[in-house]
Amino acid sequence: MFVTDMKVNLLGTTLDNPIIPASGTFGFGYEFASWYDINILGSISCKGTTLEARYGNPLPRIAECPAGLINAIGLQNPGVEKVISEELVKLKEVYKKPVIANVGGHSTDEYVKTVSAFNDVDNVFAVELNISCPNVKGGGMAFGTDYKTASELVKKIKEKATKPIIVKLSPNVTDVTEIALAVQDAGADAVSLINTLVGMRFNLRTGKPIISVGKGGYSGPGVYPVALRMVYEVSKALNIPVIGMGGISKSEDVIEMMTAGATAVMVGSANLINPFACKEIIDRLPYVMEKYRINKLEDIIGRAH
Amino acid sequence: MIKEKVRIVSNNRLSDGVYELVLDGASKVDCGQFIELTIPGFYLNRPFSVADYENGKLTVLYKILGEGTLAMTGLKEGTYLDMINGLGNGFLVDRAEKPLLVGGGIGIAPLYYLAKELVKRGKTPTIVLGYRTKNEVFYLKEFEKLGVTMVATDDGTLGLKGNVLTVIKASEIDFDYYYACGPMVMLNALKEYSTKGEISLEARMGCGFGACMGCSIMTTSGTKRVCKEGPVFDAGEVI
Ligand SMILES: Cc1cc2nc3c(=O)[nH]c(=O)nc-3n(C[C@H](O)[C@H](O)[C@H](O)COP(=O)(O)OP(=O)(O)OC[C@H]3O[C@@H](n4cnc5c(N)ncnc54)[C@H](O)[C@@H]3O)c2cc1C
Ligand SMILES: Cc1cc2nc3c(=O)[nH]c(=O)nc-3n(C[C@H](O)[C@H](O)[C@H](O)COP(=O)(O)O)c2cc1C
Ligand code: FES
Repeated sequence: MFVTDMKVNLLGTTLDNPIIPASGTFGFGYEFASWYDINILGSISCKGTTLEARYGNPLPRIAECPAGLINAIGLQNPGVEKVISEELVKLKEVYKKPVIANVGGHSTDEYVKTVSAFNDVDNVFAVELNISCPNVKGGGMAFGTDYKTASELVKKIKEKATKPIIVKLSPNVTDVTEIALAVQDAGADAVSLINTLVGMRFNLRTGKPIISVGKGGYSGPGVYPVALRMVYEVSKALNIPVIGMGGISKSEDVIEMMTAGATAVMVGSANLINPFACKEIIDRLPYVMEKYRINKLEDIIGRAH
Repeated sequence: MIKEKVRIVSNNRLSDGVYELVLDGASKVDCGQFIELTIPGFYLNRPFSVADYENGKLTVLYKILGEGTLAMTGLKEGTYLDMINGLGNGFLVDRAEKPLLVGGGIGIAPLYYLAKELVKRGKTPTIVLGYRTKNEVFYLKEFEKLGVTMVATDDGTLGLKGNVLTVIKASEIDFDYYYACGPMVMLNALKEYSTKGEISLEARMGCGFGACMGCSIMTTSGTKRVCKEGPVFDAGEVI
């Protein structure tokens, strides 16, 4: 019998497998628990959280693309206090493993406060810092597209935060490794990439953008090769773990993303077109590992380097 | 919510731009809930109301709007489709004693299943349907079997010239609660006339099952997702 081991170590936490639903595409997880046993997931990256509650952008927030979608949700969330006292409590009832909190913001002060709010939350094992959201004005991505601002923000956060920090990187830059190196130097414990690519679609009847706020973030299978290239480049340059995402939709993609250098992967848009996407990827992964004669998934991390 | 494979029993044109798709092998679904179909070649699933359900056979009435619904017209009998069934919350069928059903355009679709469920419960609905023009009219005969049915067309080619509200005001209908689905302008006009009822809304959706926040609207009790807390909302609660 062919023996397969899907376990990976991420920031000192052992994940049963490297599959993590990506932030913003899985809510706070508990609603998926009525459809399948979500405890099979490696971990969960929760919906982007800000200091105060946010309604988000007006509708339409979604536009379809040939191989994916554009979204401009605008970080709708009930605010960090409610996320900790209500959403994460509900999640803990149905999901027994540690999760990743995901934090967005407008200012350094807001980021620091929101991230540190998770310091004592026991089922959170790391905080993912979204400095790459293209959908909130005057914040989010502005922090992630300039290496100096990104680096200063991470330093400030590291002074107050007790959980490991995963910095989520934007693909909307000329040189992603420059920013990755800067946040590594500033003390980031890991990076995750890619967030969405800024895109647009237009309504042919009205001649206006489909998305209410004009631009949005493009994700799905269309961004997959771009994501692979960026994960490859960044993981080659860094010595902290890289979480790979962007367009992953099947078990083979997980193996390819890890080959490029990812320690774990996040699955986003695929959850939206098939609520069972993560389950199907995990269920089939051992068979695909066998096909490619991979016994231990950890052994293939960055084997392309 | 359940993901299933359904077989196309028939896919026929009913009127100008409007088609009827009958699918077999569907699980039971409440009236007012919706389904999503995966259209081969398109990334996002398309949401549709359930126009009828009986013994595993589920009927969708669809209007050609863009490329996806156009491609649907070419789907052949016997083909299997991926479907997500049982989405959202349906109509509160037991709320009305003297129900009024108000539908505009393709928004008429979910009211047919509702009308049948009301009749089953011994309540005879009054039905007001709005179409653009006579050539667009569909399912009129089917509705007429279930209750008194009145029609308005934008151009006056059938029934009263005007919209559903022209009919409602002109005929002083005796009702205690309404159920409505149609374009937002129609629903807003109806809400102004009365909030004693419920309305079924549309939104561009990312997922259709509550995961993406792509469809959130503001209500008197905070934000709600059209796909999860809706698509049917209390008329007074939508802002
Ligand atoms: C709960 C619900 C029930 C619906 N019931 C019906 C029904 O019974 N019959 C029917 O004909 N139509 C119904 N619609 C509208 C139907 O989903 C759209 O007409 C259809 O998705 C258009 O697809 P398309 O590819 O032709 O248009 P395109 O414009 O090419 O589609 C591009 C994208 O926009 C989305 N989109 C475009 N217009 C709409 C719209 N008005 N509402 C939602 N999404 C849209 C599509 O789903 C797709 O993701 C319903 C919508 C919702 C939300
Ligand atoms: C609807 C939607 C909402 C998202 N919300 C967030 C968010 O709140 N925080 C965040 O860091 N990323 C968010 N993202 C980005 C995803 O986590 C992911 O980085 C991106 O979609 C690429 O992966 P994919 O191609 O697998 O979807 C969102 C993506 C989508 C499609
Ligand atoms: S469409 Fe995704 S939450 Fe409603």
